[in-house]
Amino acid sequence: MAYIAHSESDRQEMLKALGVESFDALIESVPAEARLKKPLNLPPALSEMEAVTHLQALADQNRRGLLFVGGGAYDHYIPAAVRHILLRPEFYTAYTPYQAEVSQGTLQAIFEYQSLICELTGMEVANASMYDGGSALAEAALMALHHTGRDQILVADNLNPFYRQILQTYLNDQPVELIEIPLQDGAVDQAALQALLSERTAAVLVQNPNFYGIVEDLDGLAEPIHQAGGLLVVSVDPISLSLLKPPGAYGADIVVGEGQALGNPLNFGGPYLGLFASRRALIRRMPGRIVGVTEDGQGRRGFVTVLQTREQQIRREKATSNICTNSQLCALAATVYLSLLGREGFREVGRQCLQKSHYLAGQIEKIPGFKRRFNRPFFKEFAVSTPVPAAQIVRDLQEENIYPGLDLEKLGMGEGLLIAVTEKRSRQEMDRLVAALKTYQA
Amino acid sequence: MYKKLIFELDRGEVEQNYFSELDVPEEELEDLLPPSALRREPIGLPEVAENEVIRHFIALSTLNYHVDKGIYPLGSCTMKYNPKVNEDTSALPGFAGLHPLQPEESVQGALQLMYELQELLKEIVGMRAITLQPAAGAHGELTGCLMIRKYHKVRGQARNTMLVPDSAHGTNPASVTIAGMKTLEVKSDDRGLVDLDDLKAKLGPDVAGLMLTNPSTLGIFEENILEISELVHEAGGLMYMDGANLNALLGIVRPGDLGFDVLHINLHKTFSVPHGGGGPGSGPVAVSERLKDFLPVPIVSRHEDKYFWDYEIPHSIGKMLTFWGNFAALVRAYTYIRMHGAEGLRRIAETAILNANYLLKRLEGALELPFPTRPMHEFVLSAHSLMKETGVKTLDIAKRLLDFGVHAPTIYFPLVVKEALMIEPTESESKAMLDYFATTLRHIVQEAKEDPQLLKEAPHATPVGRLNELKANKELVVRWHNK
Repeated sequence: MAYIAHSESDRQEMLKALGVESFDALIESVPAEARLKKPLNLPPALSEMEAVTHLQALADQNRRGLLFVGGGAYDHYIPAAVRHILLRPEFYTAYTPYQAEVSQGTLQAIFEYQSLICELTGMEVANASMYDGGSALAEAALMALHHTGRDQILVADNLNPFYRQILQTYLNDQPVELIEIPLQDGAVDQAALQALLSERTAAVLVQNPNFYGIVEDLDGLAEPIHQAGGLLVVSVDPISLSLLKPPGAYGADIVVGEGQALGNPLNFGGPYLGLFASRRALIRRMPGRIVGVTEDGQGRRGFVTVLQTREQQIRREKATSNICTNSQLCALAATVYLSLLGREGFREVGRQCLQKSHYLAGQIEKIPGFKRRFNRPFFKEFAVSTPVPAAQIVRDLQEENIYPGLDLEKLGMGEGLLIAVTEKRSRQEMDRLVAALKTYQA
Repeated sequence: MYKKLIFELDRGEVEQNYFSELDVPEEELEDLLPPSALRREPIGLPEVAENEVIRHFIALSTLNYHVDKGIYPLGSCTMKYNPKVNEDTSALPGFAGLHPLQPEESVQGALQLMYELQELLKEIVGMRAITLQPAAGAHGELTGCLMIRKYHKVRGQARNTMLVPDSAHGTNPASVTIAGMKTLEVKSDDRGLVDLDDLKAKLGPDVAGLMLTNPSTLGIFEENILEISELVHEAGGLMYMDGANLNALLGIVRPGDLGFDVLHINLHKTFSVPHGGGGPGSGPVAVSERLKDFLPVPIVSRHEDKYFWDYEIPHSIGKMLTFWGNFAALVRAYTYIRMHGAEGLRRIAETAILNANYLLKRLEGALELPFPTRPMHEFVLSAHSLMKETGVKTLDIAKRLLDFGVHAPTIYFPLVVKEALMIEPTESESKAMLDYFATTLRHIVQEAKEDPQLLKEAPHATPVGRLNELKANKELVVRWHNK
């Protein structure tokens, strides 16, 4: 199936108009010795019916069960209306809004998205999206390095290990030093952090809630960082901001995060949504597209991309970032999701995550041999130490189609299980996990 | 009525019923979280009933042009038809509902799909190994540049300069910078090809590689490509191919056979993944033998009948994305490739080339063709003479095209052409649509001569008229505020 509209006579007519006998005359510039001598070695073409059957068979080989796995991707409920809007070809088959007059739908949606992200994070400006939470954090580090002209980044040891790997990869070839911030009982050790601040500090990178699910106490952190001339960068789970104080309220300069939880399916890891917001003073350093309000000749409100002189298509090697394609459709999902839920619905998601995760933590702590690893407040995810290696529990329970959480040791984050609970997990499901874990009791 | 912002539809409080009642005993919020950590002000989200939310977004959608509506001839963007079946296969619950950190045993179908896509793409581009991780073309470029940098480093060489032709996409030099290297521009010759003398003069011990788009952004195949590869390799550099224009090559020629060491593939261009209004895309990076030990981790490998995450890549640059890649895009591309097979893919390239050549023919004489070389899948015209004659700019032509229900080409790019219009019809357009587009553009050129003001004030038939960008950039209102 080639989705090609021409009949053979169309094709002949077109070749005739070009004054050539055959197609080969059109590719004479391709040196003969460089051309493929035989057809590509690919499996035979499938009909749509066969393709659907084949893809369904592959999908059926994947197992889905009771998910208590998080670690940066979460199984939240997505109202049906979100997908229906995303399936509008007006949105999903459009390109980047280069011709603003015929892209007002996308542009206004971006403006609304930017506004919503500002509301969530307590920041003054947000961009139209980045690839995902990890790459957004790396871009935030680059932005801080450029802004301050300094060469050290302090990174909390409890930041998502995948994010730290990306950071390392992005900064490998830069003259930059990454320094780990020590922890105390799973949270950032503020005194140790302050001792690390210097005139070389470009930024301090923390995650809240951190990778262990702990709600960090970041009050008073921004002041010494700012005094040292650095920036505070906070990576967030946007769902937590339904209940938690926005990073803008404790002095963050840049807020990034994984926006998947806002109306996007798990999709085996992507596409996801990189959130990126900052103080207004930093807007000219921001990566990615930004949309602003304007009007046409008749005074009608309209939206256009602004500050394009930061971007690669104008600035080339001096651009603030190389990003071009972003996660627009995932940002649209987030916009529709937050619009559907509203103040009360969004708060309800946060309330249920908080209450249910605490119920489950309480039940698990009653099992001899299981203990919460940290005596810290948490939001929807928590770490427990286990009487047998977590890897064994993960392996065993898979047979019962229960995915009890992440094996922290495998991720280099100490021992035990990292368990995530969203509003989707019912009490009955949590009790099923508890019953399964009881078989390991000490 | 539906021209408001979602915030302007806020009703204060509306009923909804998305979630089950809380089924565990509720504790006081302040007992679970320290009061100092809590949000004090209610969050500024609008309260709007679902039916009104739907009308709002449907109203917005009607303001967009899109490829399901008509021709979208943005050069180097490959705005082809996005098959509907892809939306269904990528949304199968067995894919969409998978958590990226589930154990390998539970995601064998997904891993098999990724493994097979790796194999298919390697065969299509003639490369030795591949990563599906990068999220977009520019992300793939960065991946490739980091690999090239590390390749030289491991061999004890501090090569720091990437050669980039003056006709290259802006992402190329931007990616080079982020990879910690410098860009050195190579000139185009009078046919739009890489100027071999300039290339030779710039090759030296500091050159890490050459980043080339082939066919170039002028739509022209680099006919000296084999010689170029040899020159660069002899000088110790590596060959990077920007795969934005890969659509023109399917089944005809493979970048691996041209001497390229690394290539990013835009699945959202060549392999029909929709553009989504700006993303998400997917930018797998395929490499030659030289670079296979530098790929990001993990790739998918197979042992007997079992697929697994393979971290055994000796000099891996590390990780580019939080998880494994934009999987839902991979499912779409896989569906597309399996439904085409070798013959189908070649027919795509042939038709894309035929369409571009036919459209160029139909436009002969209307605007200048600055590089009169037969194009592959796209071509670049210039309105420079027309501007001198009438005062009408390329921008005005683009805006006027919108009035006729077609989308404008890419404009003012590549930078080597003044008042450029870069036109890529893709294989998806019918002869009738190509005829309509050509007739329309010719008509507009005529209008420019007779009534230039009409164009300078265009568009006239769009949801809004020409928008004041100066005002937007001056005022920088980039978010809604509750007054």
